[in-house]
Amino acid sequence: MAGGKEIRTKIKSVRNTQKITRAMEMVATSKMRKAQDRMKAARPYGQKIRNVAAHLSKALVEYPHPYLLARENVRRVGLIVVTSDKGLCGGLNTNSLRLAVNRMKGWRDAGVETVVTAIGNKGLGFMSRNGAKVVSSAHGLGDTPHLEQLIGPIKAMVDAYIAGDVDEVHMVYTSFVNTMKQEPVCEQLLPLSGEAFGQPEHGYNWEYLYEPAAKTVIDDLMNRYLEALIYQAVAENMASEQAARMVAMKSATDNAEKVIGNLQLLYNKTRQAAITKELSEIVSGAAAV
Amino acid sequence: MAMTMHVDVVSAEELIYSGTAEFLSAPAEKGEVGILPRHAPLLTRIRPGAVRIKVANTDNEEVVLFVSGGLLEVQPHVVTILADTAIRGADIDEAKALDAKRRAEEAIRNRASAMDFALAQAELAEAIAKLGVIDKLKKRAH
Repeated sequence: MAGGKEIRTKIKSVRNTQKITRAMEMVATSKMRKAQDRMKAARPYGQKIRNVAAHLSKALVEYPHPYLLARENVRRVGLIVVTSDKGLCGGLNTNSLRLAVNRMKGWRDAGVETVVTAIGNKGLGFMSRNGAKVVSSAHGLGDTPHLEQLIGPIKAMVDAYIAGDVDEVHMVYTSFVNTMKQEPVCEQLLPLSGEAFGQPEHGYNWEYLYEPAAKTVIDDLMNRYLEALIYQAVAENMASEQAARMVAMKSATDNAEKVIGNLQLLYNKTRQAAITKELSEIVSGAAAV
Repeated sequence: MAMTMHVDVVSAEELIYSGTAEFLSAPAEKGEVGILPRHAPLLTRIRPGAVRIKVANTDNEEVVLFVSGGLLEVQPHVVTILADTAIRGADIDEAKALDAKRRAEEAIRNRASAMDFALAQAELAEAIAKLGVIDKLKKRAH
C-alpha cells in the first residue's frame, strides 16, 4: 500500500486547514454583524453635522471657509487610503489599492504629486514598499474603529491642506454594498463641494447666535464634519473587510471539502488496488501449490 | 402639558440619547447654559462635563450624560449635541498628528520583512486562539 499513508496524512492536514477556515468564517460572520451595526450607528452624527454645516456654508457668505474654496492650480494631492489591518479577506485590499494606484498614476501623468495617509496596515505596507510618500498613518485599529486614533493622521493631512502643501484631498476606501458585494471608491474630501451637503431641511431657522464667535465654531464644525466622513469610511471599510473575509473563508472551506473528496477517492482506489493485488497473489500462489 | 423639545445626543461612533425633554443644561464654552423649549437658535462649543436632560412627561426624571466636549446646536424645538468621543484640545490633537507622522516614518524605515513577519505571527497566534475558543464552546455544547 504505497501512497496510502501519505494520502491519509494529506487528508488530515487539509481537514485541519478546513477547520481553521471554517472557524475564521464563523468569526467573520459575527464580527460583520457588529461592524454593520457600528456603521449604522455612525450615520446619525454624519447627517446632523452635514445639515448644520450645509446651512452654515450658505448662511455665512462673509466668511468662506478654506475647506470650501477650490484651488485653481493643483500641484499636490493628498490621498487617504483606508485598508484593513489583516489579510485573508479576498480581493478587498487588492482592489482598493489598485484603484489608489490608478488614481496616483493619473495624477502623476498630469504632473501632480501625491502624498499618502495610510489607515490600516495593508495600505501602509503597500504604499511604503512602492515608494509612495507616506506623511502619516494609523494602524492596529482593532475591530472597533475609534475616532481618537484617526484624529492624528487626519490632522496631519488637513494641516498640510491649510498650509497649502496639498491642494486637494481624496480618500479611497471600500464601500459596503451588501454582504456579497463591496466596491472600492475614491471620493474627494477637500475642498468640500457644496453639492455634497445637499439641501438643508426646510422650516429651520438658521440665524444662529454663536458662542464664542462664528469663526471658531465653524472651524470646529468643519473639522468634525471631515472627521465624521473619514470615520464613516473607516467603519464601512471594516464592515466590508469582515464580509469579504466571510465570503473568502466560506469558499476556502468549500474548496477544502472538494480537495478532501478527491483525496478520499484516490485513497479508496489505492486501497482497493492493493487488496486486489494481494488477493491475486494469494490465489496464484495457491494455484502453484 | 408643558412644552417640550426633541433632544438628540450623537457622537461619531453612536447615537447616545434621543428623546423629548422639558429642560436641558450643558457646559457651554462660556459657562453653563440652560435650554428650555423655544430657545433662540444657538450654536456653541461645549466643554467636557455633564449634560442634564429633564425628560418630558415624567416625574422629574433626569438623564445625566457625560460628554467630553463637542458642539451644541439649538433650534426652537430641536436640540442636537454633537458630542466628541475623545477629549480634544489643540495640543492633544497636535501631539496625535506628530505621532501619526512618526509612525509612518518608522514603517518606511523598517520596510518589509520585520513587520510582515511579526504580523504573520500575530495573525497565526490569533487564529489559533480563536480556534481554541471555538473548540471549547463546542465541547461545552455537547
